[in-house]
Amino acid sequence: MQKEFLEHKLNINRRRFLTQVGMGIGGAALGSLLMPDLFGKSEEEMIMTGLPHFAPKAKRIIYLFQNGAPSQLDLFDYKPMLQQMYGQDLPASIRMGQRLTGMTAGQEKFPLAGTAFQFNQYGAARAWISELLPHTSKVVDDLCIVRSMYTEAINHDPALTFFQTGAQVGNRPSMGSWLSYGLGSENKNLPAFCVLLSRGRGNGQGVYSKLWSNGFLDSFHQGVQFSSGDNPVLYLNNPEGIDKADRRRMLDKLAALNDESYKEFGDPEITAKVQQYEMAYRMQTAVPDITDLSKEPEDIIKLYGPDCLTPGTYAANCLLARKLSENGVRFIQLYHQGWDGHNNLPSEIKGQCQDVDQASAALITDLKQRGLLDETLVIWGGEFGRTNYCQGVLTKENYGRDHHPRCFTIWMAGGGVKPGVYGETDEFGYNIIKDPVHVHDFHATVLHLMGLDHEKLTFKYLGRRFRLTDVAGKVVNGLIA
Amino acid sequence: MNRLLACTLFIFAVIVTAASCFNKGMSEGALPKNVSYNFHIRPILSDKCFKCHGPDAGHREAGLRLDLADSAYAPLRDTKGAFAIVPGKPELSELIKRISSTDSAIVMPTPESHLGALSEYEIDLFKKWIKQGAKYEPHWAFTAPVKAPLPEVKNKKWVKNEIDRFILAKLEEEGLEPNDEADKERLLKRVSFDLTGLPPSIELMDRFLADKSDAAYENMVNALLQLPQYGEKMAVHWMDVARYADSYGYQDDNIRTQWPWRDWVIYAFNKNIPYDEFITWQVAGDLLPQATKENILATGFFRNHKYTEEGGVIDEEYRIEYLIDKTKTFTKGILGITIECAQCHDHKYDPFSQKDYYSLLAFFNNTKEKGFEGDVTASQPAKNPVLTITAEDRKNLLNYINSKDTNALMVSVMGELDTLRKTYVLNRGVYDQPGVEVQASAVKAVMKFDTAKFPRNRLGLAKWTVDRNNPLTARVFVNQVWQEFFGKGLVKTSGDFGMQGELPSHPELLDWLAVDFMENGWDIKRLVKQIVTSAAYRQSAKVTQQHLQKDPENIYLARSPRQRLKAEFIRDMYLSCSGLLVRTIGGASVKPYQPKGIWEAASSGRGVLATYRQDHNEALYRRGLYNFIKLTVPPPNMIMFDASNRDQCEVKRLKTNTPLQALIMMNDPAVLEASRVLAQQLLGEQSTVEEKINKAFRLIICRQPSATEKKIVKAYYDEQLQLFQLNKLNAAVTLKVGEYPLNKQLNAQQLAAVMKTINTIYNLEEAIVK
Repeated sequence: MQKEFLEHKLNINRRRFLTQVGMGIGGAALGSLLMPDLFGKSEEEMIMTGLPHFAPKAKRIIYLFQNGAPSQLDLFDYKPMLQQMYGQDLPASIRMGQRLTGMTAGQEKFPLAGTAFQFNQYGAARAWISELLPHTSKVVDDLCIVRSMYTEAINHDPALTFFQTGAQVGNRPSMGSWLSYGLGSENKNLPAFCVLLSRGRGNGQGVYSKLWSNGFLDSFHQGVQFSSGDNPVLYLNNPEGIDKADRRRMLDKLAALNDESYKEFGDPEITAKVQQYEMAYRMQTAVPDITDLSKEPEDIIKLYGPDCLTPGTYAANCLLARKLSENGVRFIQLYHQGWDGHNNLPSEIKGQCQDVDQASAALITDLKQRGLLDETLVIWGGEFGRTNYCQGVLTKENYGRDHHPRCFTIWMAGGGVKPGVYGETDEFGYNIIKDPVHVHDFHATVLHLMGLDHEKLTFKYLGRRFRLTDVAGKVVNGLIA
Repeated sequence: MNRLLACTLFIFAVIVTAASCFNKGMSEGALPKNVSYNFHIRPILSDKCFKCHGPDAGHREAGLRLDLADSAYAPLRDTKGAFAIVPGKPELSELIKRISSTDSAIVMPTPESHLGALSEYEIDLFKKWIKQGAKYEPHWAFTAPVKAPLPEVKNKKWVKNEIDRFILAKLEEEGLEPNDEADKERLLKRVSFDLTGLPPSIELMDRFLADKSDAAYENMVNALLQLPQYGEKMAVHWMDVARYADSYGYQDDNIRTQWPWRDWVIYAFNKNIPYDEFITWQVAGDLLPQATKENILATGFFRNHKYTEEGGVIDEEYRIEYLIDKTKTFTKGILGITIECAQCHDHKYDPFSQKDYYSLLAFFNNTKEKGFEGDVTASQPAKNPVLTITAEDRKNLLNYINSKDTNALMVSVMGELDTLRKTYVLNRGVYDQPGVEVQASAVKAVMKFDTAKFPRNRLGLAKWTVDRNNPLTARVFVNQVWQEFFGKGLVKTSGDFGMQGELPSHPELLDWLAVDFMENGWDIKRLVKQIVTSAAYRQSAKVTQQHLQKDPENIYLARSPRQRLKAEFIRDMYLSCSGLLVRTIGGASVKPYQPKGIWEAASSGRGVLATYRQDHNEALYRRGLYNFIKLTVPPPNMIMFDASNRDQCEVKRLKTNTPLQALIMMNDPAVLEASRVLAQQLLGEQSTVEEKINKAFRLIICRQPSATEKKIVKAYYDEQLQLFQLNKLNAAVTLKVGEYPLNKQLNAQQLAAVMKTINTIYNLEEAIVK
């Protein structure tokens, strides 16, 4: 009986064996050309050789995450009713007893706060856009504006985690890790998943490295954080006094020494190690080449705005994202903090929009002029929306808005999305009345655009097949061109 | 380049060979003589069928349950006159018809499930199993282990202890021969890292090499087990299980004081507190009669999880979240089951109902803990209930807590409410959707919670856990310890002994060890010693063609696994070799060098951890396990080497190989400083350059270099020295790394050349492999 049992073991261990040597199923799919008999008749075969599951519309993603939750009511979701009923209490018939955060649950009144900003209609879709976003309004014909997003979480940490990993808690792999795992890298000198951080002047909420964690996937799929300092990737730079030639000298000796060890042990891990040192060496050249924005031509600087020459700004990160994407990085995740307008929303949101408006629009224009927009999916949005009623005291000049998970707006561009406006909220901007899009649906749709079936992109861990969309999600065909 | 290509091709060749061998096993392999439910049928059923025809009543299709014999043999509800399984009669069994059908309307699993059709081999297995009577067996892990007789082996000389009988019997069955014992240098390196997390000193190496007696190795093991570093080594795994961290997590992620609990864990391992007590204290130390502060401190185990300090959160939502975390840590870390699926619905694979889940959670629901104690501006070092540890306590019972400060310490611990809080099933797992009320009870599918024997509180749960008849506790821990030494457990899915978990590679050995462990008073050091003195452990790690062909994954252990060190021990290695390591045990966690700006970039700007304030002097050179863990930004050089991010209970780390790891070993100032300091030390010694290089090699790789290795290293040194002397490289700049003082008496060019030679040795693959 023992023998058969072990044969069974060997079978179920094949995938693990592969991930140890390779780089996940994306990498293995590539390798399978060289080793056709590797994949017999197993479920892995279906996943591995079938990637992508169908023709992708997009090859790469740039996700401009607006961390802290921008107010849809001051940017995209125009509600004149809130001005008409300015200061009046939110009708109970609209709130319907839905839960509030501890910040405003104790308020006696929920005075409706119409936006302090002007709205106008733009583009073929006649989309309402606030005066805060003059640049965005110029590229509106490329945008697919989703006004009917909703989520389950009501606080930042779980909501952010939900958007990035498909679960509010649980140390699950991030979206970028799933894509790295599913599709691998297009560039052998750069990671498949890069992360860029910036911060505005508004009320900030931290970001956390778990948001770009590989979870239970191989750490090869972890997001690599690029920073604005001299060291664009942690530990990338040689120490002072060591140049490329000197590093090469060291690596050659190292390889010779490792080879001695290999001769003795015959362990393939040793040769794999040598390869990782070689990739590190290539990264040392490739990364600084890309992160050096100083050689960008005048018209590009003008397009993204002068901020793009200051490392670590949102504008610089947008430009860097374009360069990384152009070089085949699969998933680039930006985070821009400062959107948490609980108290001084009108003044804070102005500053935030100044940070992001021009560069976000520039990214669309830039990708388009390079012929890359069709194959690059750009996403802009936060983790939830903001309330139509005022948090704290409502005055003519000032208001604040609390967290609102029931509806909010994001936009997408390029990568096979259908430009226009999708979904609708009620006249109070409180509930969705048409075409709701849940976070799981959003994930399913994004994966679909990348050529992946969200129900098939799975990883078995602790006895369960995990997916980015957990047990839910449906592709929203109305968003797809 | 050619060489690289050759390497690549070699790896592919290895995979192809391995894979064709796997395939052979599947396609050409004859069916087993006796088809076993547990080993052959249940893994397929669980993976492909239970999702819709398993324990989850909420998602059961056609009323059919295939995990229970009675239900599987019963007439089908939806197909009149048919039976899923007719024992002895595959041709009459609807199940066979369904799994072998090519009609998409009939075939099982359904195409929509994406589970994939069964292979011919699997279908044949089912036919044969049904033919042989379709006998169901209880799940192996839920029946109490018993000691099987030691198997007979041919090569009796190889055997050192009972473990080897089991290992060798299987090797002989497979036609594999175990490797010879590793040479003494490599064996000492392995056992030293495994028992202390540190490389052996040169004195220890010389002593061991000189000791030609038969007892040399055993004496060495005994000596290492007595070192206080043993407790530190063992604590690292337990800190992963207990998701230990130095901050509260969530968005503002402020500082907390949980490290006295960590000091207790180190102490407990060193004192060799029996595992049943170790668990009892951590689960319910506060409920013991005349509980001491030490007993209570141990319960910090259940309070290490994250706490939100985000303004505006809903208290109850988070209180429930913390209970879920406790339940998960208890079940995954101690029982090795994945019951969290039953938080929202009955478990799909294991016989755990949603009611079972909340009955278990009820044990933790009676604490004074709150979901929210205020935002970051009101943050305290511990959250209620709190244990106060005074300076007086630290002089007496708790003298292993390392604090120079005279102030009292506050630690989050467990503590019960006076009146029982009611617990309800939460529909879909949502905190404000209570369903039926439940009473505290442990998972009955594992072992009945006999209220005559166990009180309905955490102490009762602790007693149930360490009861001799509990089928999981000892197996799960023994397996975790095995994993520490062999890199993977006898059950590879060390956190899942359930239906979807992998089967043990050596079931009789696992059970023997578990029973033996309990019979001998849950003595952890004894178990560890048993493992490291076995011949299986002492083998060389040489990989032969036969190994790669017959057992590429090293399931049968015909060789010792070569394993990369854990992140913490990589740090300990370079600090120790350089002489920089400060061997203080315990105390508040430390903040060594870290790339600038990474806390700041990810911070909300609130709380005392918004900026990284690096430590100085001795605090720079503490062991890896004392590195400050800020949950939202754990130390990057640890995470890149697969350290747990401590977000949740983890029982097993990944072992990956990435370019970022290469960058750390080449460029992290901590490694460079260690290289410089070791160079300073060697240069200060009266010896030739060859002797210096030789010594560095021995310190780091823990063996004498071969002639070729000496030649390569020396050539690198000569080349470097010349470059420095010709000012092609700048010695002063190279040496300017780290805060440890530079010895200016030494020749800078020579020092820089030795430093870089040492750094190269630190970068050898073998340096971080045991």
